[in-house]
Amino acid sequence: MSASAADLRAPAQVAAGGGFTIASSGSGEATFYLIGPAQVSKRKVQLGGDIAVQGDEIEHAGRYTAIVCASECSSTHFFVHPVEASRLSFLVHPSRVPVSQPNAISAVAFVFDKFYNLVTGPGSVDFKVIPKDGHEISASRPSENGVAWVRLTSARQEGPTKIGASVGKTSELRVVQQVASEACNLRIKSSWTGKQLRVETDPVKDCSGNKVPDGTVISFTTVDTKGKTTVDAPVKRGIAKVEIPVSGNARITAASGVVTGNELRVGGGQ
Amino acid sequence: MGKVLAVCIVLLTILFVAIAWFQSGGVERHRMSAARTPEEAVRLMLTDAQSRKWDDAYSRLANATDVNKSDFIHDLAGSNGSLRTYAGLENFDVWGLRKDDRQATVRAKLHYSTAVGPLDDVRDIKVQNTGGTWKVIWPANTGTKLPPQVIPVNYLRWDVINRGAGDEWGVENVDGPQVRIVSMNALQRPDRIVIVGEIVNEDTVPAYVNVSATLLDANQNPIAQETSFDKISHTLLPKQVSPYRIDFPGMRLDKIKSVRMDPKAMLVPASADPVIAINQQRIETDPLGRKVLRGELVDQSGQIVNIPHVLASYYDANGKVIWVSDGYVDQELLPQVPVAFAVDVPDDVAAKVHNYHVVVNYYQNSHS
Repeated sequence: MSASAADLRAPAQVAAGGGFTIASSGSGEATFYLIGPAQVSKRKVQLGGDIAVQGDEIEHAGRYTAIVCASECSSTHFFVHPVEASRLSFLVHPSRVPVSQPNAISAVAFVFDKFYNLVTGPGSVDFKVIPKDGHEISASRPSENGVAWVRLTSARQEGPTKIGASVGKTSELRVVQQVASEACNLRIKSSWTGKQLRVETDPVKDCSGNKVPDGTVISFTTVDTKGKTTVDAPVKRGIAKVEIPVSGNARITAASGVVTGNELRVGGGQ
Repeated sequence: MGKVLAVCIVLLTILFVAIAWFQSGGVERHRMSAARTPEEAVRLMLTDAQSRKWDDAYSRLANATDVNKSDFIHDLAGSNGSLRTYAGLENFDVWGLRKDDRQATVRAKLHYSTAVGPLDDVRDIKVQNTGGTWKVIWPANTGTKLPPQVIPVNYLRWDVINRGAGDEWGVENVDGPQVRIVSMNALQRPDRIVIVGEIVNEDTVPAYVNVSATLLDANQNPIAQETSFDKISHTLLPKQVSPYRIDFPGMRLDKIKSVRMDPKAMLVPASADPVIAINQQRIETDPLGRKVLRGELVDQSGQIVNIPHVLASYYDANGKVIWVSDGYVDQELLPQVPVAFAVDVPDDVAAKVHNYHVVVNYYQNSHS
């Protein structure tokens, strides 16, 4: 029995993952092709009735083409749209940020459905910030084309801050470490230990009072009658110290990065 | 007839032996065994050292009883994995400075070839006339002895744990360190363009840094690209500043419209130890008439620093970086033992230097 010409009628839009049927006209057996963004299938069908499309054939959102071929081929197109949002990809940058930096933290959420299709329709994402010592702050942001974002100012106190995003029953959490900023009011003092001059800093803190982390390098520079002496010493337990040989009158300074401290003047052996 | 034949054989034997002696360098050996001038004495000793004939070189010392042989060898051939242990004495120049009948001073400029390029060492060597033969007086106790002691090391150390292969994309990872170029100056030298400046690690974690630069023409097309290579202190601890220098041989500034700088930084494990003090820095004129920045390095930790590398940045009266020079020290840094260094400063730059800043980079054979 030969197949006669066929027409296909599909709905304009269907939801991802949902099975539906494509009406067909004509008679006889034909070959049915379904071509999508990430899916291609082929099977034998009987014309004149409804051609069933399974849910797992249309999980990916996008434009699909259904083709039926008997003596001739005919085709139709339809769109698969995402279902409701149920997954998040949450990016927070940077993972380390100095304190008191305006808009330094960027939190971006990409909204997906359960089939990992980007949900481009209007929606909203709930962001929350949980400081180390403090109350949780939350705010909702609309998602546009599947993306919602927020910029945050880092806190005045160092420490880890949790930043979360949630949509529906799904939530993601990230941690941003807030670290001390540049050293502020860097001060040094000196004392004699035998023939060497011990120079040490006061506890090194930033302008918000946070101690700079141990390992931060402090550059000590001494200029005396024999020339210039430089020592890069790391902070240990909040303080950096060195012992320097001094000859005659000397001028001593300290610096951390591009921040300089006070200057000391000492007499040799005094 | 028999007697004539015997005499001929004896004469021929003597002749052949003499020819063989000449050809094997017998004249040279005879001459070498007795240096007739101070320069010759130094030259012969250095020739033996160059060939690593240490016994012969040591035998040319006038004060061999005062000089430990192993110290003498270490002084010339290096020790403790220093740069000199990986170097070869290519050649040397010798010339006299002062001389009388009994003593003389000879200047020797030794040219070493090393893995990091040529190295020169200038020494003033005393020579003594002993019974008509000149011999070298080598400085005694050139190797400093380190007394046994315990040196506590409790400086900070950083280790890095990155995102693993099994972690999902988008899961939090550690960010690379934040570094910033704080100054940049492009200079025209006779045969090249040189870009100098400084870079700072603004982060709270150590960074492995490198700086590259691209020269652009008027149409923003790249003409040349170079990196700082070893003219930078690659490992920067938090808030540490390093000079950098990038050379573009054969380029002219008048053909360049702009320069694109590209600092790169990555997280690396690091240690705040050893701390190296740089003492008595001053700009002087060396015995060869060149301007040099001299000083002393003192390793304040308990581990040996095998190959120190000195980097110096020079500033004019406005605080602008006008030059960066570097030099490897071919001697290891023993704990608490000062070691002298000197880096060249171009004469035209030295005239404008108002201030300078020296940092020490180093390379270790192994980590404990």
